[in-house]
Amino acid sequence: MSGLKLSNPVTVSAFRGPWTLLKKELLRFWRVAFQTIAAPVITALLYLLIFSHVLESHVQVYDGVPYTAFLIPGLIMMSVLQNAFANSSSSLIQSKVMGNLVFVLLTPLTHLQFFLAFLIAAIIRGMVVGLCIYLVAMWFVELHVANLWMIIAFALLGSALLGTFGIIAGIWADRFDQMAAFQNFIIMPLSFLSGVFYSIHSLPPFWQKVSQLNPFFYMIDGFRYGFFGKGDVSPLVSLSIVGASFLVLALITLKMLKSGYKLRS
Amino acid sequence: MSQHAIKINAVHKNFGTLHALKGVDLTIEPGEFFALLGPNGAGKSTLINILAGLITPTSGSASVMGFDVVHQYQQARQLLGVVPQELVFDPFFNVREMLRFQAGYFGRGRENDAWIDEILEGLGLTDKAHTNMRKLSGGMKRRALIAQALAHKPPVIVLDEPTAGVDVELRQMLWEFIKKLNRDGHTIILTTHYLEEAEALCSRVGMMKQGEIVALDSTANLLNKFSGKRLHLTLGNVILPVNIQPLVRHHEQGIYTFALSDMTQIEDVLSALRSANIKVLDMQLSEADLEDVFMSLVGKSS
Repeated sequence: MSGLKLSNPVTVSAFRGPWTLLKKELLRFWRVAFQTIAAPVITALLYLLIFSHVLESHVQVYDGVPYTAFLIPGLIMMSVLQNAFANSSSSLIQSKVMGNLVFVLLTPLTHLQFFLAFLIAAIIRGMVVGLCIYLVAMWFVELHVANLWMIIAFALLGSALLGTFGIIAGIWADRFDQMAAFQNFIIMPLSFLSGVFYSIHSLPPFWQKVSQLNPFFYMIDGFRYGFFGKGDVSPLVSLSIVGASFLVLALITLKMLKSGYKLRS
Repeated sequence: MSQHAIKINAVHKNFGTLHALKGVDLTIEPGEFFALLGPNGAGKSTLINILAGLITPTSGSASVMGFDVVHQYQQARQLLGVVPQELVFDPFFNVREMLRFQAGYFGRGRENDAWIDEILEGLGLTDKAHTNMRKLSGGMKRRALIAQALAHKPPVIVLDEPTAGVDVELRQMLWEFIKKLNRDGHTIILTTHYLEEAEALCSRVGMMKQGEIVALDSTANLLNKFSGKRLHLTLGNVILPVNIQPLVRHHEQGIYTFALSDMTQIEDVLSALRSANIKVLDMQLSEADLEDVFMSLVGKSS
């Protein structure tokens, strides 16, 4: 203990704080990549194997598009969304329950920096999972890309929306069972009833209307448009709805973080 | 700009109907070693959490090195290191990674590594630097918790019960480490249940009771105010003569502690006991200590 002398503060970088939090969030899921990346890829591939085996010869959603090809973009997007949500929500609830969130709350990080670090980590986790599923699915069927920008835009906005929703859930939930309720009663039903496995045009009119209230439907449909150049609704309508939903949730999250809701008293 | 290390001005905090802090005023100067004492629920942790920005005061203000903890929170937190009371840790990372992250949140990068090495060495954590936090023993986790609060080299350090539940050896080691930090210029604010810890380490003491500061003075002055001898007599279950009852400071399991202002009172007590046919089974004489002060002001043991 030779030199604990207190010196003048060194120059500190304003950018390094949020970058460090982002790096920690990325390392957190990378350290358990088997659970956070490999497991959702395997799950999506199992869906792909089973549904394509059962339905390939019975269902054709778009003319000239085999059912397996139709299914893959939906599965990719569903996994992107679920994993973006899981990343921010599980990190926050674990840190809250373990008590180590205090190490971040004691720092000079602003609410916006906190939000951006968790958001970007969630987007990256969602994208990595989506990319892995895409690369593996290419072995099964060749996927044509009609509009790469639409694919990127929907993957980015969709994972941002669910990453933000995950932050809200992580702040709100005090216990793991409350977080599980979020997953089981909101995320799972919305993602399964969003048209991942079917086109909403195959539904009765009433359920078509109900599906149009589900924001997941627009994310899946818009993402799929990027591959096939066709969808159930205009991609620009979908993009506007997803973008607006993200902005609303982002503003709510920033307000929660600024007020210290459930984090500071 | 004020140069006080800590300035707390008329701070109130309500949690619903609970009035946890009732207008606390406190000033701590740079370089001080200050102890904040009080029983559970006195408001010590609430006060510390207000400084740390974890709790917002209902009214009043607090500042660290002149920076308001609410309106200038970024500057205030940059200058403050807080060791939380609970033994919390992040199970994903090892000790060095956690310290680098913690310094990074405050804007410090690789240039801070030499300081991190010094903290690790000072706390005896060098050989545990690459051990996952989850695998550390309780004592090692406590050291890592202190290291985390120091990672950004704050001039003001708050330790909330740093030695709660640690063995004597580690407590001594932490005392030495904290004393060294103070000698090197860091302002130290310590909350503790161990009164001998405050007496041995701190130059000034604040005692809290039910959300208020009931005593605030140098340790020496507080001890002088309550100077004199303490006579501990083992008497068993007896009824004391009325004339010596006002001298009793404490009574537990047949052991009576009398506060004496001078030695002549010993004979007064003993003769009163003899007259009442009360037998003295054991007798000890001691100097007044901080515990006596604490007992007098706070009214019950911590």
